[in-house]
Amino acid sequence: MSAIGLKIPLPRSRHVLPGFSLSLGFTLFYLTGIVLIPLLALIIRPFELGWDGFWTAISTPRVLASLRLSFGMSALAAVIDSVFGFIIAWVLVRYRFPGRGVLDAIIDLPFALPTAVAGIALSTLYAPNGWLGSLLIPYGIRIAYTPWGVLVAMVFIGLPFSVRTLEPVLGEIGHEVEEAAATLGATRVQTITKVVIPMLMPALLTGAAMAFARGVGEYGSIIFIAGNIPMVSEIAPLLIVTKLEQFDYAGAAAIGVIMLAASFVMLLALNGLQAWSASRR
Amino acid sequence: MSKKLFDGRSGSRQRSFARPTDDPLWLKALLGAITVGFIGILLLLPLVLVFKEAFADGVGAFVRAVIEPDTLASVRLSLMAAVIAVPLNSLFGIAAAWCVAKFDFPGKTFLVTLIDLPFSVSPVVSGLIYVLVFGAQGWFGKYLIGHDVHILFALPGIVLATIFVTFPFVARELIPLMQDQGRDEEEAAATLGASGLGTFLRITLPNIKWGLLYSVLLCNARALGEFGAVSVVSGHIRGQTNTMPLHVELLYNNYDYVGAFAVSALLAMLALITLALKSLLEWRYADELAAVHRR
Repeated sequence: MSAIGLKIPLPRSRHVLPGFSLSLGFTLFYLTGIVLIPLLALIIRPFELGWDGFWTAISTPRVLASLRLSFGMSALAAVIDSVFGFIIAWVLVRYRFPGRGVLDAIIDLPFALPTAVAGIALSTLYAPNGWLGSLLIPYGIRIAYTPWGVLVAMVFIGLPFSVRTLEPVLGEIGHEVEEAAATLGATRVQTITKVVIPMLMPALLTGAAMAFARGVGEYGSIIFIAGNIPMVSEIAPLLIVTKLEQFDYAGAAAIGVIMLAASFVMLLALNGLQAWSASRR
Repeated sequence: MSKKLFDGRSGSRQRSFARPTDDPLWLKALLGAITVGFIGILLLLPLVLVFKEAFADGVGAFVRAVIEPDTLASVRLSLMAAVIAVPLNSLFGIAAAWCVAKFDFPGKTFLVTLIDLPFSVSPVVSGLIYVLVFGAQGWFGKYLIGHDVHILFALPGIVLATIFVTFPFVARELIPLMQDQGRDEEEAAATLGASGLGTFLRITLPNIKWGLLYSVLLCNARALGEFGAVSVVSGHIRGQTNTMPLHVELLYNNYDYVGAFAVSALLAMLALITLALKSLLEWRYADELAAVHRR
């Protein structure tokens, strides 16, 4: 066997560069072990009791209320982030002023600041006796320990997504298109609404989708400011933790599967958006 | 370049007119004020508050809170988790980028999507999946208890959760960067008889070093700061399985505000240093980072 093996040249690799099997093998091994097998454990778990078991775990009023809060508030937060993200990206890309670089770098703060730190800082800030909370109390506005606290935290962590996806596209558009529109007699408002915003649409939607996805799953920065009142200000990720603490693994996994399914849908939507924006270039 | 030329020409002829793409001054002032106000209130104020509260009772109280044994234990645990998770994910990132960027194979796009997956999974779900695998009622729970192996509520669980949430950082930076750089240089080296390792060390690594550093920096910041995923698997044993962010939560819930904000200030300083280095890399080595970060 070995004598024959020596005579016949081994099948040569089709690749010029070495290390294909090694790198792909390690990649697949690591991906499977760390990500895929544990995710599979999550997907299978709630169905051990069949569809009925899964449905019973999901359809309690408390679970539905938490899902409604998580998805509803992060959708609202994504809209707010898109509006202000557009203004901020416009100012940072188009205007030149001292301190611009620092403002631009600070945008990434919610990425870099640990969520627990953001959580206790926001909570202290918007508490009735906090710097901002005490200003709002005379007007009867309470933010901390209400669903609006959830919204503030979600706007905070989502902002960099919309600014960072808009900035490069806004820079690429440049002045030429707008000058062309002006030459053809468009007013400034028409230029913005009919030329600039349609060109920015894929980036606006991508940023909003990313902020939404982040908001739905966010935990650390929200739980301190939310007050976590069941049915009122209890987010879905917190309910997972609560169910785990009660050793209700299947119940926790059922909510987890819903959130994972939402992540998949968002990931597909984002891939679709990327393909759309690439086709428009 | 062409834009500059055009600007120069129109500038000399139309100096007295407002250019059609220039916003009027009142609009500039309004949008500028909204930007500064929004960033100031939403982002800067919480940061200022962290440092103010940390030093509310003076520098002495801050130092006492930081050198408290349980706090130091949490710092040690966070560093340990990062020291294990970051190199493993870097190695994975390099391997993934090498096979994706230098070779063609079916299913490549799908593989890249899978690598990105942990970013879109909620941190709590990231912790939950390991509870379902290694927990008492999990897949390997009985076996692990029988052999007295502790994964959950111990360092291995914390490391696993940290690896999961920082999983794509290095790979998603290096994949587009190495795809941009192509394979010509490596193929030339291979043709001239260089070994695989030699090619990697002398050609690829110098080409990707700033991108690698950039992604390791972000990976490290997230590893030290992760809260949700680690919270689910840690068990919150004070002084033993509490990482820095978990210790912040514990102190805050015990009404030890100076302590909570002192540890937060350490983490916030780390975040600021990370942001500063990140901006520096984006400014100085923009050409050697993946195109998305070029300004």
